[in-house]
Order: sequence, then structure tokens, then C-alpha cells
Amino acid sequence: MYFEKIADIVRHHLALDENIEITPASSLKGMKIDSLDVVEIIMKIEDAFEIEIPDEKLKEFQNLGDIADYIKLVKES
Amino acid sequence: MRKRVAVTGLGCVTPFGIGRRALFESLVAGRSAVSLISSFDTSDFKTKIAAEIKDFDPDPYFPKSETRRMDRFTQFAAVAAKDALFDAKIDLNHLDKSRAGIILGSGFGGISTTLEQHKNLLERGARRVSPMCVPMMIPNMAAGNLAILFGLRGPNETICTACASSSHAIAAAFRMISSGKADLMFCGGSEAPVNPLVLAAFSSMNALSKRNGEPEKASRPFDKERDGFVLGEGSGIVILESFEHALSRNARIYAEIAGAGSSADAYHITSPDPDAKGAESAMRAALLDAGTDASEVDLVVAHGTGTLANDPIETKAIKAVFGEKAYKTPVISIKSMIGHTLGAAAALEAVAAVSTIAEGVIPPTINLETPDSECDLDYVPKLARKAEIECVMTDSFGFGGQNSVLIFKSVNS
Repeated sequence: MYFEKIADIVRHHLALDENIEITPASSLKGMKIDSLDVVEIIMKIEDAFEIEIPDEKLKEFQNLGDIADYIKLVKES
Repeated sequence: MRKRVAVTGLGCVTPFGIGRRALFESLVAGRSAVSLISSFDTSDFKTKIAAEIKDFDPDPYFPKSETRRMDRFTQFAAVAAKDALFDAKIDLNHLDKSRAGIILGSGFGGISTTLEQHKNLLERGARRVSPMCVPMMIPNMAAGNLAILFGLRGPNETICTACASSSHAIAAAFRMISSGKADLMFCGGSEAPVNPLVLAAFSSMNALSKRNGEPEKASRPFDKERDGFVLGEGSGIVILESFEHALSRNARIYAEIAGAGSSADAYHITSPDPDAKGAESAMRAALLDAGTDASEVDLVVAHGTGTLANDPIETKAIKAVFGEKAYKTPVISIKSMIGHTLGAAAALEAVAAVSTIAEGVIPPTINLETPDSECDLDYVPKLARKAEIECVMTDSFGFGGQNSVLIFKSVNS
């Protein structure tokens, strides 16, 4: 459920068509978006899950699945 | 030698819709775009009216992926520019993009974004200010975004002279082409100021009409019962080309921009000089630049804001420059219908001015019902008038006492 919510945020923010697939292996970098979009998407994810992701943690994420795993860890621990 | 500069494309976004035709037909019909403000609650405001653009939708013109990163004022400019591009039938694939540029004006830039993000800062903290705040709020972003959308790498600038911004922008683009530094320029301006701060701020200056009970009658330039201007919003884009460039692609030439004049009142931060010297010298400079004089001017598209101060002082300047001919020269204010769009006003007035040359009809100044002894020229009250127009002067005066006047001529003259 964490990943699905993140995928929705990304799809909505970037106004992506339904036929563009977003998977846990999708990375924000791979979507050819710039650093401004990355910051905005992260802010929206933080708002949606009511958490704050530390800047140093952000550098470790390789893909959307990593973000979902981190949020699961924070919310369920 | 100075190159002649043609007007080959006109685009706009106004409360009457998208496009020159929608604007000019409504102006000629004498329609008012002023109504009660619907975009926010005006209960606490003395003024509750504006010429708002309702249901604006940039989607048919640009994908959401582009427009989501633009403030409303940039979206207006982008749509007006695309409209102008279609109007001028320019094929971007056959354009030397290093010789084509953009100069736009705006008074406030992305002020809705500024307000929204400031609210975020105060209510939710520094970490919740969007990274898009700066690229959406800074006033040069309309011109910057247009360059990106169309790939134009020529001169790209933004001019901020309050209500004269888009006149100075058109003048700067005109010089860019007449001096041979560019072949084609998009110019004009854009403004989206209908928000609580701007409404409250102009209200505090007692600059705005409070005729809330009769919105369509509130903007009444040159009328004795005028009580201030009405806030408007929109964008006007004019495409200028060197004659050689326009002729080489068989472009339709609406008119020629023949001259521009610029001056300062050097008098007061908001009030026009009661002697009208600044306005007068901008008019004289524009006529001189155009190699003409007032005897050739068939129409003045006035600044005509409907404030107590502007209208008699502008009238005085016209009389000083035109002499006895002032009484025989029609002077109109389209702000009587679309309100005052501040940094976009001069561009929309340029669209109207060029349209009078192309169509042979002068839109009226509506709501002119009670004559004012200090405003005693022919303002074409209430009803449009057919007339052959060869030369039009457009006036623009900004806070800070910054004045700009443009001269457009028929290519037959």
C-alpha cells in the first residue's frame, strides 16, 4: 500500500498518462525529471505519510521501492 | 539605416476568450468584462469587482507537464504567444531561431505563487516552501518559458515599468529589429493580479472603483462620475518582424510599428505630473521617432484608466501635443471594457490599435455618460464608429512616472 500511494503521487505530480507504468524499480532519475521535481515529489510524499525524510537518507534511495520500504520501516516500527 | 518593422501576428488572452477576434469583436460591441470577483471571498474588501478571466484552460494549447510549472501570468503569456504564432502562420521549423527573440513586460510577475508560498512558509514552515516558488514567481519567467517552449535563442528580456511595462517591451523589441539585431520578436506582456493582496493594496490607495452594485458600469474613463480603475488580467502578444523577413515568407502584414517614445515624469511615485509634461514629452518623442507629427494621427488609444487623476492629465497632454486637432481626433479607452490589466494593458491596447487599422472600425469608450469639463475630447462614447485609420498613437503611463508611447501606421500610408 505504501508503494501504490507513492506511485499515485508521482503520477499525479508529473501528470503522467495511465499507460505509463510505474513499478517499485522505477527511479525518479530514470523519469527524466529535474531536481526541482524530485524535491516537490519528496515533499508531497512526506506530507502524505506525515513523516520527514532526512536529506542524507534521500541520497541512498535507488528507486521508488526503496522509498516505500523506508516509509514502511518508519511507520511500522 | 533603420529597418522597417511589421506587425504580423496578434495573440491575446482576455476575459472575452482567447484570440484577437474574440477581443476586438467584444470591444466593438461595447461589452464590459467586469463582474463580481469569483476567485476569492471579497466580503472584507471595499472593492469586490474585477475583469477576471473565468474558466481559463491552457490544456488545449500546452500539455499539463509544461503548464504545471508556470504561474497563471506565465500560462496567459504562453497561450497568447501560441495564439499569435498561429495568427502569424509562423513555421518554427523554418525560422532562424538565433535571430528570433522575446521581450515581455509584467508589473507583478508570479504574485499568486508568491502569496501561496508565503502562506506555506507561515503556516507550515520553511521546509514546505516549494522548490518551484522562485521559478514561478520571478517576473522574467514568462519570457524565459516562451523561449523554452518555442526554442527561440535570440534576445530575451523582461521589462518592469508597472502599467507601461508591455509598451516599453514592444518598444524594445521594435528597436531590436529596426537596428538589425533580430529578425522576429514576440513582445507584449502578461498580468494575473486578481488576488486579495493586490486588490487590498490598490484599494488602500483609493485607486479602485467601488461601484460594486453595477460592475459593468464601474470602469468609466473620462466620465465625470468615474471613481477609480477596475483591476483586469490577461496577456497580449504582438509579433514584430523586419519587412524583409515578413515579405520573404509572404506574411500578412497588419500594420507597421513606426515609432516609440519614452520619458519619466520625475514628479511623484504614484500621481501623474499635473502639468502633464512627462506624458507630453513621451508623445512628442514617439511622433519624432516615427518621422511624423500629430497632424497625421487618426486615433489615440489612451491610457484612460478611469482614475480621477489620469484622465484629465492625459487629456491635457494630448491637447498640448495636438493643439486644435485634439478636438477632432478620436481618443478611446478599452479599459472601459476590459479593466486595467497593468503590465499587459499596453500590449492589449496595441492589439486593439492595430485592429482598428486592419478593420476600419474604432471601438467605443463605454460608460461615458456624464461629461467632465476637464475631459472634453472626442472619446467615441458608447458606440463604435467606422473610420479609415492610417496612424494610431497608444499611450501608457506607469507608477513611478514611467511613460511609453507607440505609433502604429497602416502599411498603405
